[in-house]
Amino acid sequence: MTSELKVSGSLQNRLMFTLISGAAVLGIILFFIVRGYAAQIAQNGQDDILEASLSSILDAVVIQDGSVEVDFPYASLSMLDTELDDRVFYSIYNDGILISGYEDLPLPEKINTEISIFNTIKYKDTNARIASAKRILIGEKERITISVSIAQTQDALSRTLNRISKNVALFGSGFFILVTLLSYWATATTISPLMRLASSVTKRGPQDLSPFEKKVPSEMYPLVTSLNKLMTRLDLSLKQSEDFIAEAAHRVRTPLATVRSYADATLQRVTKKENRDALRSMVRAIDEASRAASQLLDHAMITFRSDNLQKEPINLNDLVQNLIDNLAPIAEMKDIELKFKQEDKIELFGDFILIQNAIRNLIDNALKYSPYEGIITVSIGTSPISFLEIHDQGPGFPPKDLDNLTMRFTRGQNSNGIVGSGLGLTIAKDVANAHGAKLQLSNHEKGGACVTLLF
Amino acid sequence: MKYLLVEDNHELANAICSRIKLDGHVIDHTDKLEDAIAFSDTGEYDLILLDIMLPDGDGRSFLKHHRDLKKDTPIIVLTARSQVSDRISILDLGADDYVTKPFDHAELDARCRAVLRRKSGATQPIIKFGDVTFSPLAGQLSINGKIVNLRNRELRLFELLLNARGQIFSKQKLVDRLFAFDEDVSDNAIEVYVGRLRKHLESTSLKISTHRGLGYRLDND
Repeated sequence: MTSELKVSGSLQNRLMFTLISGAAVLGIILFFIVRGYAAQIAQNGQDDILEASLSSILDAVVIQDGSVEVDFPYASLSMLDTELDDRVFYSIYNDGILISGYEDLPLPEKINTEISIFNTIKYKDTNARIASAKRILIGEKERITISVSIAQTQDALSRTLNRISKNVALFGSGFFILVTLLSYWATATTISPLMRLASSVTKRGPQDLSPFEKKVPSEMYPLVTSLNKLMTRLDLSLKQSEDFIAEAAHRVRTPLATVRSYADATLQRVTKKENRDALRSMVRAIDEASRAASQLLDHAMITFRSDNLQKEPINLNDLVQNLIDNLAPIAEMKDIELKFKQEDKIELFGDFILIQNAIRNLIDNALKYSPYEGIITVSIGTSPISFLEIHDQGPGFPPKDLDNLTMRFTRGQNSNGIVGSGLGLTIAKDVANAHGAKLQLSNHEKGGACVTLLF
Repeated sequence: MKYLLVEDNHELANAICSRIKLDGHVIDHTDKLEDAIAFSDTGEYDLILLDIMLPDGDGRSFLKHHRDLKKDTPIIVLTARSQVSDRISILDLGADDYVTKPFDHAELDARCRAVLRRKSGATQPIIKFGDVTFSPLAGQLSINGKIVNLRNRELRLFELLLNARGQIFSKQKLVDRLFAFDEDVSDNAIEVYVGRLRKHLESTSLKISTHRGLGYRLDND
């Protein structure tokens, strides 16, 4: 349980990293697809015009009296006008002999009849799109193959493409930022039930073993179910051990009571000193045992409750008065006077059972250590702060033990012969701590122990 | 004083009975809840000592039955459960007090006295010897109509001697009866109380005589 748990990465970061890198890859792919598609469309547009121009030139070729004539239509060039004044080149070949146009314009090696073929070439240090086609003209005597190429530089096209790319890139980055934000939000929402569960587990006191009843996402269901099962098992075993302690105490006490009563009755008849002493030690041992049993039980109960205080408003004056009434017969046995000085009323907000138990333990102690016909003063006041003080006329605390008397099973050096378990002050201190109060032990200047609870 | 003891542990019950008889009281004992109800419905008791865990039921149901009948006989619960919550529920159900087992008989005795004193109204038995009036329930001693403030132990010593006038009590016996078990006292401690009591009784016809080697006796001259 105490071994340090190792942390390896964070679910949220991991999820976010995956989402964001996915978005980045997706953005880049999208960019290329859109750009390629746009280039394709633009290219198709150019090709269509080139083809129209090409066919209008081919249409203008006629055979006149056995020779080839080209009435070069003006429109075939004007249709290729662009806003960036792309340059247009052409060449017309008659059976491989240039009739008109640019000689260095490359002619594709294989041209199909009537079907234009398109190529992108490097021409005069710039990119150009070239369309070529051939037509066979049949005259009266001859058969002539006319090949025409028309090329256009691609300035306008590349400008359009650049513009589109820029927009797509902008759109892509916007998309990326949006996805980043979305993935942050998405991871936060996805992880939030987990965080809620984690924080509610952390906020619980160690004694709160009730199952989680809030709704959980289906993925967390197995985890929370196992957690709840564990809690139930733990709770059950705690309750069982508590019941067991109570039952054990009962089982031990009843025979102890019988033995004690017999010893008591026997003492009335026995006169020999050693027998009487033996009986007395026997009774003392029984008292030690039964007191230890009840104090252990009380201590367990207090440990259990102090993490899970059942707070309610408490009138401290009434509580102390009731305790004093209850303990009066015991005080009377030793002719001890139990005085209650109420300088003020104190209202507390705390666990009634715990506070009553703590104060009872303190008064019990005072009764045990007080001499016959002594006086025990219980005072309640509010100046300078709310306090409850119990002062007896007993031997007081041994000064060197003052610091560790509140430790479990620690008893003062002068406790010889007085029945006790060493848990009374521990209980009082634990209760005080659980309520944010303080337990102070001191010796009164006029002698006697002085125990103060500062609220 | 008439007691009713409801306790299923017979050894413990015997011990309690013999001790209470020793103090000069009458005590009836039963180990069943059913009988306890029958006893308390028919007999007039001054005090009921009730165990909570009984073979045929929970002593708390007896408490409830008793309070439902508006009976005011005080009840002291003998419990082996020491938990605070148990103690509180016992008192809430109408018990007048409780002792946790195992208990010192002196504590039981002290609690019985406290409860009886609280409950006793105007109808108090009174013992009279000339100028001396004593009411055992209230634990009050008056001489010439004036209340004498006795310490608890002086009072118990007086009561003890008064209940068995003419009988000699050894110092040891007195210590056993007057001091709690865990108190380490020498037999001589009793001399202090005898001395004080003598002083209070100086002007009356009651005298405490010392019988050397035997003990003390209360005489009415």
